[in-house]
Amino acid sequence: MSKMLKMVSDAEKSIVGFLKYLLDSGKVSGVLTLRQINESGSVDYGLVTRSSELDRAVPLMPVMPVNAAEILSNLTPSRKPLAVVVKPCELRGFIERIKREQGSLENLLVISQTCGGVVPMKVSVKSKNKTLTADYYKAVARGEIPDHIRPTCKACEYFVPMTADITVSMIGEAVSSCRIFLNSDKAVSMAEGFDVPAEDGELDVSITESHLVKRRNERSRLFKQIESEQKGLDDLLQVFGKCIGCHACSRVCPICYCTLCDFESRHFDQNVTLFEKELDQKGGLRLPPDTLFFHLGRMSHMSFSCVGCGQCTDVCPAEIDVSAQFMRTGEMTAARFNYVPGKDVSEEIPVMVFKEEEFQEIGE
Amino acid sequence: MKKNFVPRIAGFLCKWCSYTGADLAGTSRLQYPTAIIPIKVMCSSRVDPVFLIRAFLKGADGVLIGGCHPGDCHYESGNYHTRRRFVILQSIFNSLNLETDRLRLSWISASEGPKFARVCNEFTEKIKKMGPNPTRKNIFL
Repeated sequence: MSKMLKMVSDAEKSIVGFLKYLLDSGKVSGVLTLRQINESGSVDYGLVTRSSELDRAVPLMPVMPVNAAEILSNLTPSRKPLAVVVKPCELRGFIERIKREQGSLENLLVISQTCGGVVPMKVSVKSKNKTLTADYYKAVARGEIPDHIRPTCKACEYFVPMTADITVSMIGEAVSSCRIFLNSDKAVSMAEGFDVPAEDGELDVSITESHLVKRRNERSRLFKQIESEQKGLDDLLQVFGKCIGCHACSRVCPICYCTLCDFESRHFDQNVTLFEKELDQKGGLRLPPDTLFFHLGRMSHMSFSCVGCGQCTDVCPAEIDVSAQFMRTGEMTAARFNYVPGKDVSEEIPVMVFKEEEFQEIGE
Repeated sequence: MKKNFVPRIAGFLCKWCSYTGADLAGTSRLQYPTAIIPIKVMCSSRVDPVFLIRAFLKGADGVLIGGCHPGDCHYESGNYHTRRRFVILQSIFNSLNLETDRLRLSWISASEGPKFARVCNEFTEKIKKMGPNPTRKNIFL
């Protein structure tokens, strides 16, 4: 039986109170969380070492200005204890980074939530935060999928964090109450001394299971739609043809950490001599070239680790749903190795390991 | 499809096994199509899936990887990695409904000259039936 804290105020206030306790008691030296930057509503991650700075904290706000996996990767290994509040896909992205030697869980107290989804940037920058979040939280409390969240969030099956020390129950939880679940010994000892005593309690599986059904239906619908529109090269060009090659998708991706991406290196520099050969054959050439090459190549490098956060679709200036494509292809690829990205930090990524007796039917 | 369509197939052959096998096919005067363009690599695991994608998008009608039999890799485990990478690339092509049959992985040892000739013949025949790669004509890739 796991432990839980039953808080008295709404989730946002309760968590901020808990974070302040962690800082004031000296149990952590810093807290990483979302904070409201100014009155116009800009929200961004911040590392806070003074608890008064947590007054502006909005740890559970459904926005993702940057995938926190990137931040955690740069903050760790941490010599001092930190409490971090991140969404499940950000945590999964960070686990994938750790597998690539780009981070460490040491000295981190990871707080996450059963996630109702994140609002796309184009929506969150236009609307007033109060109405946005009020509607959102009501839908989440009812166990429904909110309307204005990222399409890939609607299709996400991994909304219950798998490796967090503490899980804040959001889906199906009444707006005015808050329960947080202590999943590890570290969480229990961190919560000792807090106003609210720990009691026995488990996350209500029936609520998460029924929500999972809704998410699975949406995922299935989304993937089937892509499959029906993907008959070959021409259809692929319909999807990716309008790509301008800005590489923003790669830049915001939690998995893409390479300081020098293969596709930005001299490796694939444009070569006028080679152009001449192609022009001989085709009579014309798109410039700059290699639009499709970037996406297919990136898929071969990281799609099996895609956590479906949706950052790429959020930032694409050509409005391509990159995330749906990578999520779908990634899931199909990872399935061949029975691999689930972000689930277990000790599960090696498919390209690093092999079994001698596997895939006997491949190659002959 | 023109009657005299000669496919262009990129063949990444590992030096220790497949390339040597190909040499043997040559010195044994075995007939195999000129469609295969051999590219020597030290190990089949040198082949990044990106090479296959590049070849495919640049108009190669087929791409062949030749490596040592599993367990016989000169560098012990390279070909196991090749096998996994090939699975990844196959999966990507399948998910996007690109012609997966244009990709082939074959284990050809240094003494298997006849096998090399057979694989080349088979693969070339298959590619001829499939026709030229549509990427050859597309300028908006």
